[in-house]
Amino acid sequence: MAGPIPEGSSPAIRIAGVSHHYGAVAALDGIAFDLPRGGAVALVGPDGVGKSTLLGLIAGVRKVQVGAITVLDHDLVATRAGSRERARFLQRVAYMPQGLGRNLYPTLSVAENIDFFGRLFGLDAAARAAHMQRLLDATGLAPFPDRPAGKLSGGMKQKLGLCCALVHDPDILILDEPTTGVDPLSRRQFWDLVDAIRAERSGLTVLVATAYMDEAERFEHLVAMDDGRIIAAGATADVIASTGAHTLEEAYIRLLPPERRPDAERLEVPPYVARENEAPAIEAKELVRSFGDFVAVDHVSFRIGRGEIFGFLGSNGCGKTTTMKMLTGLIDVTGGSATLFGKTITPGDMATRMRVGYMSQAFSLYEELTVRQNLVLHARLYRVPEERVAEIVERSLTEFALADVADTAPTALPLGMRQRLQLAAACLHSPEILILDEPTSGVDPAARDMFWRHLVRLSRENGVTIFVSTHFMNEAERCDRISLMHRGRVLAMGTPADLVREQGAATLEDAFITVLEAEAGHEAQPVVSSGEETLTSQSPFRIAHSGLFGWLAFTWAFARREGLELLRDPLRLGFALAGPLLLLAIAAYSISFDVNDVRLLVVDHDRSASSRELVRHFEGSRYFRLLSPDKSDGADDRMAERSMIAGRAQMVLDIPPGFGRDLAAGRHPDLGVQIEGSSPFPASNARAYADAILTGYQAEVLAAHPETIAADPALAPVASGAGVGQAGLPLGLAPRFSYNQEFRSIYAMAPGVLMLAMILIPAMLTALGVVREKEIGSITNLHASPAGTGAFLIGKQAPYVAVGMVSFATLVLVTIGVLGVPLKGSALALGIGGLLFTLAATGLGLMISAFVRSQVAAIFATALICLIPSVNFSGLLYPVSTLEGASYWVGMGFPSSWFQIISLGTFTKGLGVDSFATAYAALGVFALTFIFAARFSLGKQAA
Amino acid sequence: MRLWLANVRFLAAKELRSLMKDTVLVFLILFAFTVAIGLVAEGVKAEVSNATVGVIDNDRSDLSLRLRDAIRPPYFKPPIDLPRDRVEREMDAGRTIFVIEFPPRFQADVLAGRSPDVQLLVDATAMTQAGLGASYMQQIFAGETLEFLHARGLLGAVPVRVSSHIRFNPNATSSWYTAVMQIVTNVTVLAIILVGAAVIREREHGTIEHLLVMPVRASEIAFAKIIANGLVIHVAALGSLLLVVHGWLGVPLAGSLLLFSTAMAVYLFSVTALGMFMATLAPSMPQFGLFAVPVYAIAYLLSGAATPIESMPPVLQSLAGVLPTTQFVTLSKAILYRGAGIDVIWPQMLAIAGWGSLFVTLAVQRFRAMLARQG
Repeated sequence: MAGPIPEGSSPAIRIAGVSHHYGAVAALDGIAFDLPRGGAVALVGPDGVGKSTLLGLIAGVRKVQVGAITVLDHDLVATRAGSRERARFLQRVAYMPQGLGRNLYPTLSVAENIDFFGRLFGLDAAARAAHMQRLLDATGLAPFPDRPAGKLSGGMKQKLGLCCALVHDPDILILDEPTTGVDPLSRRQFWDLVDAIRAERSGLTVLVATAYMDEAERFEHLVAMDDGRIIAAGATADVIASTGAHTLEEAYIRLLPPERRPDAERLEVPPYVARENEAPAIEAKELVRSFGDFVAVDHVSFRIGRGEIFGFLGSNGCGKTTTMKMLTGLIDVTGGSATLFGKTITPGDMATRMRVGYMSQAFSLYEELTVRQNLVLHARLYRVPEERVAEIVERSLTEFALADVADTAPTALPLGMRQRLQLAAACLHSPEILILDEPTSGVDPAARDMFWRHLVRLSRENGVTIFVSTHFMNEAERCDRISLMHRGRVLAMGTPADLVREQGAATLEDAFITVLEAEAGHEAQPVVSSGEETLTSQSPFRIAHSGLFGWLAFTWAFARREGLELLRDPLRLGFALAGPLLLLAIAAYSISFDVNDVRLLVVDHDRSASSRELVRHFEGSRYFRLLSPDKSDGADDRMAERSMIAGRAQMVLDIPPGFGRDLAAGRHPDLGVQIEGSSPFPASNARAYADAILTGYQAEVLAAHPETIAADPALAPVASGAGVGQAGLPLGLAPRFSYNQEFRSIYAMAPGVLMLAMILIPAMLTALGVVREKEIGSITNLHASPAGTGAFLIGKQAPYVAVGMVSFATLVLVTIGVLGVPLKGSALALGIGGLLFTLAATGLGLMISAFVRSQVAAIFATALICLIPSVNFSGLLYPVSTLEGASYWVGMGFPSSWFQIISLGTFTKGLGVDSFATAYAALGVFALTFIFAARFSLGKQAA
Repeated sequence: MRLWLANVRFLAAKELRSLMKDTVLVFLILFAFTVAIGLVAEGVKAEVSNATVGVIDNDRSDLSLRLRDAIRPPYFKPPIDLPRDRVEREMDAGRTIFVIEFPPRFQADVLAGRSPDVQLLVDATAMTQAGLGASYMQQIFAGETLEFLHARGLLGAVPVRVSSHIRFNPNATSSWYTAVMQIVTNVTVLAIILVGAAVIREREHGTIEHLLVMPVRASEIAFAKIIANGLVIHVAALGSLLLVVHGWLGVPLAGSLLLFSTAMAVYLFSVTALGMFMATLAPSMPQFGLFAVPVYAIAYLLSGAATPIESMPPVLQSLAGVLPTTQFVTLSKAILYRGAGIDVIWPQMLAIAGWGSLFVTLAVQRFRAMLARQG
């Protein structure tokens, strides 16, 4: 199976016995081949046959499970990921993963993206600047260095991706379906670029996976895969010849095992016969939609007849999707009008929705439901009677050949099948109009062929109107009419044959390219000139970054990028800075343990002078507020009970009948005090206040009746000194409240709330850092670069530490200046503590982020893990020294309690740096432990 | 209306299925309502308890030793002797809250009726312990000294016999309070995050958009999410109340569980709707995460679960009073401890339901705006 190898050199890629499994699913099964140095190789095959897995293994971003892979003489099995040899190897590899702009950073500009990749591969400033200019010039991106990557069209995104891949002068270029979802002109330009690179650098090996057979034909070598195995490998011409086919597409189909081949007969589309005098199914008149000052759809008009297949072509970002969303009522129309069946589209119109089926560009069914469950949900939501649901779903499963995978989750299915499932779901309720947004993007030829057979049948047999967007010319040719959209405007419309004729072109593709080029006109075009060195440098000036300096450079690269992204997200920055301030302001004012104005209900059954005297003692206290009895609650006793249950009274003082009489007679009347105890803290306080007042009252009564004491021999010792001490007691207790003489809650609470704000928000800031990159896919850049995970994590942490410290500084200033809590101790001591705590909090967030799989879980876990110990076990409300058992250790084992010591110590206790050696050490250990744990759980390679 | 209910049912069933498949989330929910509740209830003391006491005894007399011995759990930890030069360090580090100093010749002065002063140094930053602890200490000392003087009779001779009771929680046991309050707090945090994050995830995956192309109303999606996520939290919280709080921690539950369960359902409607509304305001998951933190933290601090509402300044009291979380804390206390019935708690129920309706209306109105922003 080996391709011809130039003499005297080892193969660029040597693969032997490679197998790969995801759980129980085999993606690759005993793959073996050699690829020559300097060759151009196309990897073709349907979706889900393992092409991406194989490319990932070769690029070193996935870990080899079984077998041997040697790339550029580097043994990917023998060397460890993250080792120095591996880093040197990754310096020579460029890898562009599948998906439009998947490894780009959408909020970063074109230049910033390239610059980041340059840093990621250890280029110095001069090298980056020189390379960037040449790459921008060569790809035609030079006029837009400052445009955010997310605002580029699909074709431009892929060119930028190529720039980013080439910035470090690789020896091998690995591209995974780089032109999927890109318009024909951009595709042609992209391949011209690749050819130009190859012409300049003969030593460059290029390995490309593609679903376009016409693209694969441009490469001299071919590896065809099916179902995790190689079905053909060798020179492209030889492979075609060996099957006796004329084109690669035919050859590929012949190579497939018989049961996987599409229908042998060519798909013929019966001509469309427009019926006269019939209202069009879809009509758009001067349709406009703008987002801010960006006009996505610019005066677009078309009419689509009933049963017609209407094709929509154009690059990504040209307004196709927006137009389709307006037709489904998902997006409001800015100007013009759109009608379905002659009715203007209104958002809440359920009757129209019943007649339309829609398939969005990205997979938008539920990943967590099985194929059957998804279809059943659709059937029910489309109001299929319950007794017919099962029947309709079964029919659909058979019709779209999904019966075998009915109980599988869509995640486990190849793209082609997922798209078929989406079509099945869209057709389930027999709609009269189907709106399909790039239904076949990324789907292999055989699956696309089958997909179109369904469409043609639906249109011609069932009279379904189909509005479909596509990038494939052979699909466009099957449409009854097509329109070409570019930058929000329709450039051309008509039957495929007419369009070819009008443009005087040989094929539909040429016709479109002519139209696009005419339109582009003055737009900057790639200036790929032959002979001149533009895209690569013959003398690679790679910097030998190693050791600490190299590590710092990588860390700075990640930190810089993360910081830029944060700056581009003002809402997040705003939340990060304003959230803690709001928390501090509200909490510092609201949290208070000063129990005053206890609501006291007096039930006076006596109504004598004595009872009034007793009540006066409570009236005079600032701790109590007497309630006026609520007559509606009925009789006295019932009223007391009711007002306590309703929470109106916190305390009831029950003065029995005959209180005054009994008191005078020395009969020791009973006084009932009931305290509402649903909150123990205020209840205990109320009791203590009441006891103090009653003790004073007793002493007064006693003093008023000295004869009582004199009469009792047991009281003799007291009698002599009675009235001397506090309330007649034999000793005085003089409490001195340190640190907070006025005993004001805010002095104790503000430092605590500072702690709370500084853990909750910084941890949440980093909590999504890693897991979001995992979900979006940009984590691949880390896997594919020589930079290490440590540099990645610390670089990610750095900007958030900076934000955390800014937030910390504002909080401290507000505490002192606005809340009026003086900082009695050392500002330096507090600052050091703040820095260490921010490091620990952001480290905690990163660790959680590295451990979990989904963003939801990250937010959830961070909220719980930070809130519960910080509020309960860290001394915010209850001192750590009073905690019992496990919760004490939870408190000590969490950074918050340590910072609380520092915060409280510097603010209220006037302490300095020397008091906090243990706390600093503890916070430092937390910060390091979290980062190491994150690094440990975050691999340098994917599974 | 029948169609509306049917769609809500189908979507809620879907929602439940998705949630149950996410093992990490299910684990976190279980953790929040079992281990976390137990840990907080067992460990945290919301009133004077286990307070640390140091003693400087310059007298070393029978009386001073006797007073020392009288400082006992559960209010105080057994006192430890502190040399004078260590006092500052101990208090600075927050290890000791109270320091008692008996003056020289203390006993002699008491016997001579000179009423000597005992110094009590209190770390006033320990707000829950300081004031109350000092007054307990005062009572203990007074009683013990009188007994020492064989003057217990004085207490018997007092003119009025006071019988004071703390109702509903006779020993002012903290765990009765903290366990239930932690459930309420967890319900709030989980409801906001679970629903909000679910909405953002569906938007990022394009599934909400897909639903809105079908004959499905935004309100159906909203209510399906509220019902499904609310149901899961409701079951978990009620299970926790019965099994963990009542069963394991032995907290008596006074009132009608049916009424509490209904009230919690209303509250869940309100907070899940809030979470959904917040999700329509924050365009991405990281933004939502940061948005949620101050919301649930402030809701918790103002709810009365952390500190008494009565202690807040009047302006904040009235602000806090209208918040749904505060209302729910108030009604939970009323039902679970005081056995209050619907006649007492209906105003809170009504207010919570009102907030919920407001949030859900705002959320549904913003659904389409939220989708348009993606374009």
